[in-house]
Amino acid sequence: MRFLPAQEFMETKTIKNNEQSTSKTIRISGSEAVVRSLMAEGVDVLYGYPGGAIMPVYDELYKFQNEIHHVLTRHEQGATHAAQGYARISGKVGVAMATSGPGATNLITGIADAQIDSTPMVCITGQVGSHLLGSDAFQETDIVGISTPVTKWNHQVTKASEIPEVIAKAFYIAKSGRPGPVLIDITKDAQFEEFDFKYEKCTGIRSYKPIPETNPTDLQAAADLINNAKKPLVVWGQGVILGEAEAEFKAVIEKAGLPSAWTILGASAIPSTHPLNVGMVGMHGNYAPNVLTNECDVLIAIGMRFDDRVTSNLNYYAKQAKIIHFEIDPAEVDKNVKTDVAVLGNSKETLAAILPLLKENSHTEWHQKFKDLYQVEFDKVIKNDLHPTKDGLTMGEVLKEINAQTKGEAAIVSDVGQHQMIACRYADFNVSKSNITSGGLGTMGFALPAAIGAKMGAPNREVVAIIGDGGYQMTIQELGTIFQTKVPVKIVVLNNNFLGMVRQWQQLFFDKRYASTEMVNPDFVTIAKGYHINAKSVSKREDLANTIREMIDHKGPFFLEVNVEKEDNVFPMIQTGASVSDIRLE
Amino acid sequence: MDKVKQYTVTIYTENNVGLLNRISAIFQRRHINIESINSSISEIENVSKWTIVVKLTEDQMKKIIGQIEKQVEVIKAYYHTEEETIYQESCLFKIKSDLLFEERQIQNIIKESNARIVTVNKEFFVLEKSGRRSEIELLHRELSAFGILQFTRSGRIAVTKTPMEITKMLEAFQH
Repeated sequence: MRFLPAQEFMETKTIKNNEQSTSKTIRISGSEAVVRSLMAEGVDVLYGYPGGAIMPVYDELYKFQNEIHHVLTRHEQGATHAAQGYARISGKVGVAMATSGPGATNLITGIADAQIDSTPMVCITGQVGSHLLGSDAFQETDIVGISTPVTKWNHQVTKASEIPEVIAKAFYIAKSGRPGPVLIDITKDAQFEEFDFKYEKCTGIRSYKPIPETNPTDLQAAADLINNAKKPLVVWGQGVILGEAEAEFKAVIEKAGLPSAWTILGASAIPSTHPLNVGMVGMHGNYAPNVLTNECDVLIAIGMRFDDRVTSNLNYYAKQAKIIHFEIDPAEVDKNVKTDVAVLGNSKETLAAILPLLKENSHTEWHQKFKDLYQVEFDKVIKNDLHPTKDGLTMGEVLKEINAQTKGEAAIVSDVGQHQMIACRYADFNVSKSNITSGGLGTMGFALPAAIGAKMGAPNREVVAIIGDGGYQMTIQELGTIFQTKVPVKIVVLNNNFLGMVRQWQQLFFDKRYASTEMVNPDFVTIAKGYHINAKSVSKREDLANTIREMIDHKGPFFLEVNVEKEDNVFPMIQTGASVSDIRLE
Repeated sequence: MDKVKQYTVTIYTENNVGLLNRISAIFQRRHINIESINSSISEIENVSKWTIVVKLTEDQMKKIIGQIEKQVEVIKAYYHTEEETIYQESCLFKIKSDLLFEERQIQNIIKESNARIVTVNKEFFVLEKSGRRSEIELLHRELSAFGILQFTRSGRIAVTKTPMEITKMLEAFQH
């Protein structure tokens, strides 16, 4: 560790404390400008992996290590997912860094994931010197070209003097409006070049309108529809969380007595136990909200995008209902479902604005329908998942035990597959920003690195990663990051020795031809111990509660393998091409 | 179902490297072929204008306009039908000079088609013609009989009959 001269330290502090701009100009290198710009944006941690074309920036990170913490992941994909986990739990912009060529291409999966799940992220890649661009130089790749379809914005910097402005733009674009990933590619000569540095935050771009204007007529029309509805149903998505509109949302649904269901990414905006929370919509969502989607008279979509996993067959989706869509991204309106009233704008503002226009209501009889259908689902599915009578452990009972021991206050970071659906269905979410999962892209390997970022983004929260044995092995190397940083994440692998979700489909739709889904797994406990991470494995019900208790009580990182039933299925389930109301319970 | 029609897309953008890639990717991802594309300056200083011709349904067109406008460096995008625009294409023919004197018919074709001779030298002459696609195609057919050394046609350029509010939008940003 290097101690900074007092004056230099003071200078960087000024930048950090006065987040608007630095009035003073200093002559520094492009690489130092990168680090100072990140600090000016309030970045305290970033995730990355060094290499030739980004080395000058790493040299500056070494000098500024007292101010900005770089976490060395074991793969660049891990860096992006960690940045995503950090962003999703904190609401701040996650930052990932990599070198050119393979370093940059390894970021792509995480960038695509952040794009489809609207996660604010800034990726910085090194690039070969500008005189080598297009020459097929060592580790040269056209990362701007490659990342274009999966970034909200990207840009290549070839002059040091562009760096502060471009980074300021990157953070502004990543965070504002509908958030998303931005990639900045910086040639090595621009990193070395010296220039007069001055930082000014970006406050607007003339071609970019992050938040569309709200039309008061639309608000009134939406309010009229809601006030006259006999059987209203709210489906909310991540827009409520991204807009930090949890309180406004709660006020609206409570005043108008609206039963409210959530998409995977919307989970946790209001507590699971809230009486108006009627569960999850979609392919493996709850029975009542899926069935009653096709019975409601007004469907109020808030900050969601009618993904096909939510709507299933659009020809049979809520055809009887008037559709209201609260949305920040005009391109989402009428994209999948034709709306009757679209209320454009930021959810925090539009929900606050509609509140006084709404009449108080309770819709008691309509609510009863949700309760009745919940009972049907409980008897057929939930009871067996949470209170099994068979010998083998279920994924559901693991979640139930985690709920009990974390009082439903943990952030659950899940991967992709059966365990993800079970985690979303059964985890208690009492705090917002608690369901961190790869929704749109369905990226296996997301959870382990995302949990690292989540814990660093919210050090005071309990972070429990729930991962399948398949996805775990896609980014298992990040155990090295956990060991090195000692970040106290709790890792639960629900091991059924199968790629469970694919196996379920093979069972149901491919006559049980289990093509390449059975996994011969290593000894996960030994592997965790190899990284000096405390580890346990559980196969018996009587050991489950105690071991989860031990995991939660443990101060450092902890790995827990739970060997669950090999061939359990996740129900309810809407088959491809079916209507949401044709949801199967078995 | 919505009918497939030909639309002229006009996009006002910042003039930045990489934007063509970003815009063409929007069409490519939806498996839509771009019939013609033209890039130029616009009536506003430092604002570029793209003119793209595509064939699709109006529903698809609206969604694509939404996706285009979502791009950070796109200022505004519009789509118009054939009836709503005044549009032209331009083309160049390179033909052997001998033919101009040997085949009297060529001179008549040039006159009737309102084509213009851009240059003549001993070996070849270059003919320019602007107009609708059908006029250019007719001329191409007629001249093909005599042999064309080189032919090229530009993308469509178009202006709309109704005003575009783009200048006002940009002024609003300044204030």
